[in-house]
Amino acid sequence: MTTEIAEKLTSKDFASDQEVRWCPGCGDYSILKQVQTVLPDLGRPKEEFVFISGIGCSSRFPYYMDTFGMHSIHGRATAIATGLKATRPDLSVWVITGDGDSMSIGGNHFIHMLRRNPDLNVLLFNNQIYGLTKGQYSPTSEQGKVTKSTPMGSVDYPFNPIALCLGADATFVARTMDRDPKHQQAIIKRGYEHKGTSLIEIYQNCNVFNDGAFEIFTEKGSKKMETLFMEKGKPLLFGENNEKGIKLDGFKPVIVNIADVSANDLWIHDESDLVKATILSRFYDDPSIEGHFPRPFGVFYVNPKKDTFDELFNAQIEDAKNSYGKGDLDKLIAGRETWVVN
Amino acid sequence: MSTVQEATLESVVIRFAGDSGDGMQLTGSQFTNASALFGNDLATFPDFPAEIRAPIGTLAGVSGYQIHFGSTRIHTPGDMCDVLVVMNVAALKANVKSLKKGGVIIANTDGFDAKNMRLANVPEGKNPLEDGSLAEYDLKTIDITKITRAALADSGLGTKEIDRCKNMFVLGLLYWMYHRPMANTIDFIKSKFKKNEAVMNANLKVLEAGWNYGETTEMFANRYQVAPAKMDAGIYRGIMGNQAAAYGLIAASVKSGLPLFYGTYPITPASDVLHELSKYKNFDIKTFQAEDEIAGICSAIGAAFGGHLAITGSSGPGIALKTEAIGLATMLELPLVVVNIQRAGPSTGLPTKTEQADLLQAFYGRNGECPVVVVAAQSPADCFTMAYEACRIALEHMIPVFFLSDGYIANGSEPWRFPSSSQLQPITVEFAKERKASDDKFMPYFRDEKLSRPWAVPGTKGLEHRIGGLEKQNITGNISYDPDNHEYMVKLRQEKVDKVANYIPDQHIDTGSNSGDLLILGWGGTYGALKTATLQLIAEGYKVSHVHLRYLNPFPKNLGELMSRFKTVVIPELNNGQLSKIIRDKYFVDAIPYNKIQGQPFMASEVVKKIKEILA
Ligand SMILES: Cc1ncc(C[n+]2csc(CCOP(=O)(O)OP(=O)(O)O)c2C)c(N)n1
Ligand code: SF4
Ligand SMILES: [Mg+2]
Repeated sequence: MTTEIAEKLTSKDFASDQEVRWCPGCGDYSILKQVQTVLPDLGRPKEEFVFISGIGCSSRFPYYMDTFGMHSIHGRATAIATGLKATRPDLSVWVITGDGDSMSIGGNHFIHMLRRNPDLNVLLFNNQIYGLTKGQYSPTSEQGKVTKSTPMGSVDYPFNPIALCLGADATFVARTMDRDPKHQQAIIKRGYEHKGTSLIEIYQNCNVFNDGAFEIFTEKGSKKMETLFMEKGKPLLFGENNEKGIKLDGFKPVIVNIADVSANDLWIHDESDLVKATILSRFYDDPSIEGHFPRPFGVFYVNPKKDTFDELFNAQIEDAKNSYGKGDLDKLIAGRETWVVN
Repeated sequence: MSTVQEATLESVVIRFAGDSGDGMQLTGSQFTNASALFGNDLATFPDFPAEIRAPIGTLAGVSGYQIHFGSTRIHTPGDMCDVLVVMNVAALKANVKSLKKGGVIIANTDGFDAKNMRLANVPEGKNPLEDGSLAEYDLKTIDITKITRAALADSGLGTKEIDRCKNMFVLGLLYWMYHRPMANTIDFIKSKFKKNEAVMNANLKVLEAGWNYGETTEMFANRYQVAPAKMDAGIYRGIMGNQAAAYGLIAASVKSGLPLFYGTYPITPASDVLHELSKYKNFDIKTFQAEDEIAGICSAIGAAFGGHLAITGSSGPGIALKTEAIGLATMLELPLVVVNIQRAGPSTGLPTKTEQADLLQAFYGRNGECPVVVVAAQSPADCFTMAYEACRIALEHMIPVFFLSDGYIANGSEPWRFPSSSQLQPITVEFAKERKASDDKFMPYFRDEKLSRPWAVPGTKGLEHRIGGLEKQNITGNISYDPDNHEYMVKLRQEKVDKVANYIPDQHIDTGSNSGDLLILGWGGTYGALKTATLQLIAEGYKVSHVHLRYLNPFPKNLGELMSRFKTVVIPELNNGQLSKIIRDKYFVDAIPYNKIQGQPFMASEVVKKIKEILA
């Protein structure tokens, strides 16, 4: 329901009067700013936006947005948002969640949301740590992570969130980072435009409990070598001067110097190809390993053809009304067999 | 033709028992419909095993269906039965203790062969049909399997399909014994098997064969008339508890003008509410089978935020999982109905057996000070009224409400003098109105005289606001860590629940005088047994009355005064003493708990005995 908007909204219109209480320097600030920057451009009245979050530092987000919002309980924003979108498909519903919120306590709802594909925009703030509870390892922390709860290092293996989402049949899967505002804005916009669940993993620095976790991808000195910015229809290139590329040898990706190969041999990014997206999701190596692949950013996969949960859910209601007519309460209560006592 | 003695009875209790595959639930419910249409008052009690197909022939696999019907008012399925139908030896073994001395046993002899004896752990040579152990009963043995096979020899059906018609023989025979009209069952068979004519005809034929068996053999010397009951004038139908609950929720949706959202996860005995609601999508009833109970309630909270009549439902362990989210709904002050069809716990407990042991959970079972409204249904048909009331209170007071039912009334059935939709109390819902930029800032926790806050649904211009589980300032709804504010808000949420007492009916005395020696104070599904017991005690000259609570939190305002008019208050419950704890705490009344925790309903006779002991 996109109605005429009288006055053009600005990012200020989306800022609430509440004082923002994240630690100075936290990556969450940048995400808040980019969202507030993007929303006015979406051509939608402010009252149609709803932000639902779970619990965590990241989940404080809705309080700072002057939209409808709910700061709910740990891990359940996905389920609450599914219920809201199912009943109010006219709204633009956003889920704000952390790595612990979505993949520990809320793991079940998270994968079921993805398989159902309600038309939600999910911003997953991945800082690879539990921020709010003061720094325990999370399901995305690297193995061996030393924290207060794991003084000898964590023994569990981490989730690969992008691979997890593709495995759950998500229809829009992307990754971006707090330190690249332009890229973030572009990805958020694309997520909004996608009909279905848009899952955006955002690398977010927790400068208090996990500072520098993504430094190698976000900082000038290493960013070009260590990241791979995927662009639809373009070859997968990286390196100081985009001198490196990826080639597929069967199903096996290989890093090549573009000088050594013909342009036709390079892997051209195709967002609609699930197999290739799956291979890209596995570019998840520890950057300290010799010969590792660069970390991909951008849109891994989009499937615009799958009907959304909210469409299917409401279509049944309409079908039933068309087939049986609007329900008659008195007929329902009386049922088929009645008898009279005089 | 034999000479048959006709007799008239006031009421009869029949129990159909067999293996879970023997179709006893269907037989019982058909007999129930026929009796209801005939005009008897009645109550039923299905009693089935937790396993869908427990090992054939074993005690664990016995499925029973008891019906009590009469020409007088009937309030319970009956303590002891007059007639026991048993399809095998396990069914006999499991049920004979609930048969009155001198009662009739109709036994299918084929279910008493060596194999069945072994499965039921009956020693060889101890066949109860032959060893004289049933001498004090009126034993009728019939080889139902053989007769059914003979009747269907030419049907072209296989033995398995033929044997499945055995229950129709039983039904036909009992229809003959009690002069029941068969038309309703004939219609049922015709519609159920309309796609398989051979099976349809087989069932009709065996039903007929059962009737004719009574008519032509000399086995049954008596036939009985049970006249229609003197019921209040009106139009009736038969109804089961979970079905009534679903209709109550739908009625609330229609009367409030709000579409209904039901978020849930399957569990016995609550699933039938989901099954029932799912049939009525054309009423704007939106059912969502979530991935677990937490998602069930959370999706409902999302729907409530969006302006729907939001409901979640479960039983036992599923309710435990919803606990945290009920706390959230309490903080959000959104309308939400939590349906709890109680079953025997703790943990998985006895999934198909009844209990009233979730009352304290409904009152107190959350972290922090988290009061919610609690109502409970007292009979199958009352599930309609109280489910409707739960919705009315939730919507008009912006508050979570627990609706308690239990396995016994959920699966039980009774005749229902149903209301017309125009007789239902209106439900008034008003969403907060759009605001202009020049209007004052919207205050999401501003309160009216009920202490209820505005329902500001997303999509309404100028009402943008944030709600959440963190403690908040009154009126503005802003997060507040202020110590005094927290205490204030805790008391305010309690007061909001207490205020509901102004919007519910006063408590009335169900049976007996306004004062006396003893008050039987009950709640929930024990209504029928307690009423029957009270009537009997009064008839014997005792000064006993019965009060039955349906509004539990808050209690009706006059409850304390009402209890004070009796020398003794006794609280019978199917738990280890939960209402009695609350009553003692709230009213300083030295109420005597009377508890039964066997997964079975009260028998009126045991209540009578207990009250006499107390009064002695
Ligand atoms: C049921 C429940 N269990 C535990 C907590 C404590 N808790 C709050 S946030 C959190 C982890 C948050 O981590 P993440 O989702 O990664 O968010 P971040 O703070 O890093 O943004 C935990 C364990 C809680 N609030 N509720
Ligand atoms: S603890 Fe970390 S994630 Fe939380 S606000 Fe501070 S910097 Fe941000
Ligand atoms: Mg985190």
